[in-house]
Amino acid sequence: MTDLTDLGIAGIRDGFRSGAFSAREVAEAFNANVAKAKALNAFLVETPEHALAAADAADAARAAGEEAKPLAGVPIGMKDLFCTKGVATTAASEILGGFVPPYESTVSQNLWDAGAGMLGKLNMDQFAMGSSNETSAFGNVISPWRRSDGGNAPLAPGGSSGGSSSAVAARLCPGATGTDTGGSIRQPAAFTGISGIKPTYGRCSRWGTIAFASSLDQAGPMARDVRDCAIMLEAMAGFDAKDATSLDLDVPHWEAGLSGDLKGKRVGIPKEYRVEGMPAEIEALWSRGIGWLRDAGAEIVEVSLPHTKYALPAYYIIAPAEASSNLARYDGVRYGLRDLPEGAGLQDMYAATRADGFGPEVKRRIMIGTYVLSAGFYDAYYTQAQKVRALIARDFERAWEQCDLLLTPTAPSAAFALGEKSADPIAMYLNDVFTVPSSLAGLPAMSVPGGLDAAGLPLGLQVIGRALDEQGVLNAGLAIEERAGFTERPAAWW
Amino acid sequence: MSVDTATVKKIASLARIAITEEDATRIAPELDNILHWIEQLGEVDTSGVEPMTAVIPNHLRLRDDVVNADPLTGGGIREALMANAPQAEHGFFTVPKVIE
Repeated sequence: MTDLTDLGIAGIRDGFRSGAFSAREVAEAFNANVAKAKALNAFLVETPEHALAAADAADAARAAGEEAKPLAGVPIGMKDLFCTKGVATTAASEILGGFVPPYESTVSQNLWDAGAGMLGKLNMDQFAMGSSNETSAFGNVISPWRRSDGGNAPLAPGGSSGGSSSAVAARLCPGATGTDTGGSIRQPAAFTGISGIKPTYGRCSRWGTIAFASSLDQAGPMARDVRDCAIMLEAMAGFDAKDATSLDLDVPHWEAGLSGDLKGKRVGIPKEYRVEGMPAEIEALWSRGIGWLRDAGAEIVEVSLPHTKYALPAYYIIAPAEASSNLARYDGVRYGLRDLPEGAGLQDMYAATRADGFGPEVKRRIMIGTYVLSAGFYDAYYTQAQKVRALIARDFERAWEQCDLLLTPTAPSAAFALGEKSADPIAMYLNDVFTVPSSLAGLPAMSVPGGLDAAGLPLGLQVIGRALDEQGVLNAGLAIEERAGFTERPAAWW
Repeated sequence: MSVDTATVKKIASLARIAITEEDATRIAPELDNILHWIEQLGEVDTSGVEPMTAVIPNHLRLRDDVVNADPLTGGGIREALMANAPQAEHGFFTVPKVIE
């Protein structure tokens, strides 16, 4: 019998429905993989009983002849940014130490309603702030990949959804939730040779998802291939009255609409993404991607997104500004950590609690946000950044007059070693250079694996689409997947 | 402008984050560096451009004007609300005394 953990979401779903195996067998196989993989530090909380309960419910429903739910029999990993009722949720921060949500986030509830079970809560960059998973208060996540040079340098799984990427790549779960504020689904997917899609802003409810930068935060799936992403996104997305920016639209049948035939589609190649110092291997990957899409029937056109270079600095005003506001709620009064020094008053309690509870990167961003929003600086920084954001969105609008989709690399390099970039915040921020512009414009974008670099590490290609055109993005992703033939996986050392 | 230690201490105070002299001295050049980097936005001509307020055109909705429009976010859930409080007494969040 095949190893059930080699199956993706579609394989598990279909095998369960056909009676090839029980949901309980699947849950037990993944639970065992999770239990064996402590060295990756991908999970903050393991919930084998949750996965088993969902599996037993699926098996009982099948035995009773009921119609199978969309994700019946499929266990998944849940990023620790999603509040899960009765299961500790910390956003990988000390300041939420001991917090057990009394409610369930809409996205996670949607997944449970679709029949999925939870293998556990996944480690991440603290409050989703980071690109390497080195800002977690509970230790780095290690990528299952290693360089082929024989060196055993532990590599970053990307961030902020680093527990999700590491767990999916290491076959600890067939799919996982991620969240993406400036690239936190796509960059870790690229680093670990998996697929991930950030849908249009508003497709997935933000309710019950711990906030980082509310105008940018979007949940999305991370899985082994494009079809699995489509299946999982269908279950996660949907209108939610509890989120003021939720889109009141029906969820399309993305899986049913999948087609790698791109005849009649025009794919734009934005010239500004050819950044100085781009590694030759990334250039080569991009060229191969262009060839694959042309082979799939697409017409390739060069386009210009003139404000691209300003996206990162605009992001590093807008996201910290929103974060400084959102994270004001952690004050030691209503939930989480409280640090009350002897004889301290209320203000001292706030300051001591926040100094103890937030990690260095979170404090850095809160302080940047506080600075750019402070009296006298607001217009020069924040208002200017929101104007530049409008120009970036306009660049995309103009590009859509010439093309239907955009193709770019996902990240400017393959995975780097842990510790390699953590001393220089700006070097770390530059990792998101290709993912941030589409986040600022709220557009759907996905990363799919394109191949390995000379060191044997995965590289990702990014497809960006018009607002609400997840189908176009998924289809182009599928066209790449069908031609890249990416089947490599990390050899188990953990 | 450049960020000095005094500015860092002021920002930290506004953000309600306790900071030591040593940390303020260490953080000042870091913040200075990041702020200089983001200041390149100043070179973009944004005259006549409205600041973005929503990435996707969307109408803000009104919910029904009743307490329990949604049982999860409505009233009558005091125990659930208080369950995670570091300190609570008699159904209230408690904090250090603020009035002498």
